Amino acid sequence: MRETLVPLVATAVLLCASIALGQKEKPPAYKYHRDALVYAELAKAPEKARAKRNPLERDPDAIAAGRSLFEQHCTECHGDLAEGGRKGPSLLVEQVQNADPGAIFWILTNGVVWRGMPVWSKLPEPQRWQLVSYVKSLGVALTDPGPVLPPKSPSDSATGSPSPHR
Amino acid sequence: MLFSFFRPFLVLLFLLFLGFLLPSPAHAQENPYIVAHDHYLEEPGNLEIEYFSTFGTQRNSNAFHAFWMEFEYGATAWWTTEFYVDGQSTFGDSTIFTGVRFENRFRVLKREHFINPVLYVEYENKRGGDKLLKEVEGHDVESDYAPSNAVLSQEHDHELEFKLLLSGTHKGWNFVQNTLAAKNLSNHPWEFGYAIGASRPLALKASAKRCSFCRQNFIAGAELYGGLGNRHSFGLHDTSHYFAPVVAWNLPFDWTLRLSEGFGLNDNSHRFLLRWGVSREIPGFGSMVTRMFGGHR
Repeated sequence: MRETLVPLVATAVLLCASIALGQKEKPPAYKYHRDALVYAELAKAPEKARAKRNPLERDPDAIAAGRSLFEQHCTECHGDLAEGGRKGPSLLVEQVQNADPGAIFWILTNGVVWRGMPVWSKLPEPQRWQLVSYVKSLGVALTDPGPVLPPKSPSDSATGSPSPHR
Repeated sequence: MLFSFFRPFLVLLFLLFLGFLLPSPAHAQENPYIVAHDHYLEEPGNLEIEYFSTFGTQRNSNAFHAFWMEFEYGATAWWTTEFYVDGQSTFGDSTIFTGVRFENRFRVLKREHFINPVLYVEYENKRGGDKLLKEVEGHDVESDYAPSNAVLSQEHDHELEFKLLLSGTHKGWNFVQNTLAAKNLSNHPWEFGYAIGASRPLALKASAKRCSFCRQNFIAGAELYGGLGNRHSFGLHDTSHYFAPVVAWNLPFDWTLRLSEGFGLNDNSHRFLLRWGVSREIPGFGSMVTRMFGGHR
């Protein structure tokens, strides 16, 4: 009995720890800062990746297919309208909308693993380009807060993170 | 007896019913492998509930049906943790609970590369009657499974298993190579095994309309797996090997169905293994649990 109980208890403890680690509540300043770090990843795309052209940019179905893929795989973190969620940043900001399609494709392929975004290379390349087409079709939100910078002091963080909405 | 045989199916039906109560517009995107692992981890905060069955033929004994349930949780984008419970029914014998497993997979590299390594660590607390064949290791051969459940259940193993999972995806094709090293904690030698696989979706572009029968929802492939002996006698002699075509159907609402027909490649292997599995991903499970306990919304 003890031989079964010990691993079961250890498993339960580790499972709870993993949930707690994944879901631990973060202050607003943390999300503000984290979003800025995620946007900064776009700038890390190598020149070769950035220069890639979207092979589906003239495909009339690419945006609709990309939207369907977005609803299936991305809304959980980035929100139904890509406005950003608790886990993922808004995609309606200048940093994303003005980025090269190749840079967005590179981020989709490589993820931002240490900041919570998984790699999406399991979606075939054409599907990732369809997603890029959809994201680029969204445009910048009307209430775009401008460049996202980390707060300078604790009092800044009290104002919360920007939340662009259409 | 009859109830024990059908009990896992009743549990499955209950879980499927629960799954339908959790609406989600998403399509899962799962590879079809049942034995091999690729480098894709569970998305952070998502829980995947999986049920698998293996029907196997057995020379000089009765055929069997082994089954297991997996609860796979994405703790972070680089760490997936999993818990298994498993059992088996041997026809004309009995149904027994065969053990629990606790598995963790860790992504090593920050970015996507040609080959992506993932470290796999598993603890198994199982009885000798375990017939899942979820991996083949050491000198596992068909005749090991022939004794009755009463005899097999007398053995009780605590085992640590380590795998190096190498995987890459190129032009829609996913290739995996897993190397396994397992250590029974009661003074047994290290045992080794392997699994390799390849798969590809039937279509690479997504269609603009949401559909269940579109070609992009089907992923087909094959896997090859077997034992490589142990520390004292490493190699292919007295080992068993299998080849299995596999197919996955990614359905709406995050359901995935998998089917695999495994064929033994030598006299030490079971002649035929039929496997199938159904899984349901629950997006945002971590957030749901947090809210349940009064966490942030």
